Amino acid sequence: MTKRLGLIALILIGLSAPALADKRSDAKAQVAFGITVAQKGLWKEATQRWESATVIDPSYASAWNNLGIGYEQLGNFDGARKAYEKALELEPNNTYIRGNYDQFREIYDRQNRRRVR
Amino acid sequence: MTARTAVACGSLALALASAGCLSFYEISVETPIRAKLDVSPFQRVLVAGFITGGSKSIDPNTETARLLRSQLRGKSELKIIDADVIDLVDVYDKQRSKPVPEKADEVRVKDERDVLEYEPILKDEKYWKMIGEEYQSPLIITGSVLFTDVSRSGMVSKLQGYTDSMGRPAYEERREFANMRGYALTPKFVFIDGRTGAQLYSEGFYEESLYSETQNTPALSSYFELMDKLLPSFLNTLSTQKIQGTRVLLVK
Repeated sequence: MTKRLGLIALILIGLSAPALADKRSDAKAQVAFGITVAQKGLWKEATQRWESATVIDPSYASAWNNLGIGYEQLGNFDGARKAYEKALELEPNNTYIRGNYDQFREIYDRQNRRRVR
Repeated sequence: MTARTAVACGSLALALASAGCLSFYEISVETPIRAKLDVSPFQRVLVAGFITGGSKSIDPNTETARLLRSQLRGKSELKIIDADVIDLVDVYDKQRSKPVPEKADEVRVKDERDVLEYEPILKDEKYWKMIGEEYQSPLIITGSVLFTDVSRSGMVSKLQGYTDSMGRPAYEERREFANMRGYALTPKFVFIDGRTGAQLYSEGFYEESLYSETQNTPALSSYFELMDKLLPSFLNTLSTQKIQGTRVLLVK
């Protein structure tokens, strides 16, 4: 009985691993295409690709980071903040994401600058 | 070849391709910051004048009106009305029949409490409607500007150079007590609809610059330094601003 259960577990793991890899690969393809079009200035298309990537693989920090940049460029600051924060939640020690977020926050805070004293 | 095999082959190809590629790309961005105020009903803007006071070393009313007009000329689509700057302190004192001070150069607004005393004129819709009619119903910019001397004492950090035991030049941080002086700028910008005299939006700021007591910084240069910090936010009230920068796109 135990042997049979172990076998089933192994089969399940074996089946799910390629599925997870497929998810990440699909998300990567969307991210890569998004970067190509963003480099041509097509930010709406790029942002849609990165949105798709985060739907395909919600644990993909790079997709969330790029989505933050896309939203920022389109003026959707609330969306950008949430996307960057999600990216940082997934990879808190990623210096690129932290750098992007810090620069975004500088603008975000400056825009909302009010009398401070 | 089944669909699953095709996907697997595609994934493998992508993985191999990405292995030889960069995992990050630096890209230039222009972050747009939308205007806080809808100025589409207006073709013209009048920087009317301000309730000003504080230091006697500069004339904040003239300087602020001049600076805002020149900034708006380059960064706003509204036509700037060139008119004499209104001395709101004088206007309000006349309205309430307050006796004019004996000395012509006496500062009537010395601190924030004095500014509050004069603020009712900023809400006087009848007065602003009259000004609006005079200039064909523009967007009116007014408010208050307090430019004051500041002095503070406390511990400051300084880098001190010295030569170490090996004869090499080195630096160390030293904290010492210092007397600092400088200026504080407390502006409040009020945007008024020249057709009705009603306030549309207002925004207040506070900035200060402190210098070493031995440093002789002219008041006017400090004033411009402080205004520089506020101008992006001021301009963003009327027009969308684009802030250029770079971000890093990731693939990994």
